Amino acid sequence: MAALTFHYDVDGQDFSSAGEASVAVKKKLRQLGFPSDVIRRCSIAMYEGEINMVIHANGGTADVLVEPEKITIILEDHGPGIPDVELAMKEGYSTSTEAIRTMGFGAGMGLPNMKRYTESLEIETEVGVGTKLTMVVKV
Amino acid sequence: MASFQHSVSLDAHKCIGCTSCLRQCPTEAIRIRDGRAVIRTNLCIDCGRCVRVCQHKAKRAVFDRISEIDPKYKWRIALPAPALYGQFDELNEVGDLLQALLELGFDDVYEVARSAEIISECTRRYMRKPEILKPVISSACPAIVRLIRLRFPELCDHVLPILPPVEYASRAAKQEALLQHPELKPEEICTVFISPCPAKTSYAKNGLSQTKSTIDYVVSMTDVYRRLSGKLGKTKSVTMKSKAGIAGVKWASSGGEAEGLYSDRYLAADDMDNAIQVLDAIENGKLPALEFVELNACPGGCVGGAATVENPYIAKARLLSLKHKLPNYRNYLKVENKEPDFIPDDALVDNPILDYVPPERLSEDRLEAMRMMAEIEEIYELLPQIDCGSCGAPTCRTFAEDVVKGECRVEDCIVLLKKKLQEQEEQL
Repeated sequence: MAALTFHYDVDGQDFSSAGEASVAVKKKLRQLGFPSDVIRRCSIAMYEGEINMVIHANGGTADVLVEPEKITIILEDHGPGIPDVELAMKEGYSTSTEAIRTMGFGAGMGLPNMKRYTESLEIETEVGVGTKLTMVVKV
Repeated sequence: MASFQHSVSLDAHKCIGCTSCLRQCPTEAIRIRDGRAVIRTNLCIDCGRCVRVCQHKAKRAVFDRISEIDPKYKWRIALPAPALYGQFDELNEVGDLLQALLELGFDDVYEVARSAEIISECTRRYMRKPEILKPVISSACPAIVRLIRLRFPELCDHVLPILPPVEYASRAAKQEALLQHPELKPEEICTVFISPCPAKTSYAKNGLSQTKSTIDYVVSMTDVYRRLSGKLGKTKSVTMKSKAGIAGVKWASSGGEAEGLYSDRYLAADDMDNAIQVLDAIENGKLPALEFVELNACPGGCVGGAATVENPYIAKARLLSLKHKLPNYRNYLKVENKEPDFIPDDALVDNPILDYVPPERLSEDRLEAMRMMAEIEEIYELLPQIDCGSCGAPTCRTFAEDVVKGECRVEDCIVLLKKKLQEQEEQL
């Protein structure tokens, strides 16, 4: 059968609603009966991506493709892009402002966590144009 | 799980099928069918919120009654929850309250707050263990524990494997009675918990994971309140004195348990929505710096339970005023083992593994579940998405799920029906 697809708009102005899409996806994956570690990995990876889009890119979109053997999460924004992907992948590296850090975000773990909890993380980015992340979690 | 006994039930004669409870249920366990509320027992966590919001008093918490206690019990021990101390305006000494309990017909009183102090000490010891998963989540609120089992499988291992104070109190009270009254047989002694909420009733009936409860009866605080308020302060000679410290009494309100751990890396959240948000955050690894998480299903903690009388904030203020009358701690663990993380077996749950019970699965077959989900999405797109509840489901999404599961028909949506009628009218 064709993949199930879910689409979410991530509001860039609203920190308080950041993470709502990952909570919604978590619930759907539970209903579909995926193993709990798969659900958790998807949820963490997607949550980190959502927060990144709110902090850096004024929001964006999240698309989730569910197939029996794998879950693909595609996050796309029209933000500033990532000038140095290698540096951004380093744990603890962050360009977040102090204001954002005081809210408990911006610890520099976003991309490293997304890589850690997924089977593959593909980053397409162009400075001044935007970023597209494609993550795959295998069941 | 089929045999799980719930403690929230419906009085079908009083229910008019309004949507108050439907929208408030944190696990979407309620539907309105044939004009009456129906509770889905596999989803219900006995939090009691529907009991609190029902304007028609149709939702009832199931409790035992003092008059129903089996006469075979020759020694009846009352186990008052600390929240009871916050219910009375005129309470000068906790001892007065304990004395009044004796006059209701109990043979002895064992304060749950005493055990709360012991459990605090056990928890502090547990937190010293190097191999545990953090944050550790409190096991004291049975509604929260059940929520975790149903919805947060990855967090089952975070739940504190130590008995809730009320269970420890029941066991300790029975042991103490046998020591003090050697003429009694174990089967002649019963413990009667005076509970602020229905969730504790389910705990007493079902136990925690593999641990069976030794609590024999659970009576409602509301029920006891009426009988006690007439007796309070009117007893001739007061012989009862509180044996609890304020540290144990504080467990009645949110944050009281966590405070007893002497750590500032804790979080205490109350009310279901907050608790669910916190659990989602923990599952996403968002709270790595926390050591301990205390969650209470009721607003304000146990003082906000569905079987309490007083407003939770007023009750909390009264509990705090007892601070000047009670020492901080009065009950200590007596152990010979010198290891700082040693916990005696009698404080531990028998089987610390909480089993995950997935109630939300659409089908056991994943492909079938995916097919159903696709259909749900299709139907959801047709719906008004205003979550009015008139169809009997709490949200348009749950309605779409119910349609796909074959429990109702799309035509049950009155908003769609109205639209259709309008279209027909225009055509005429």
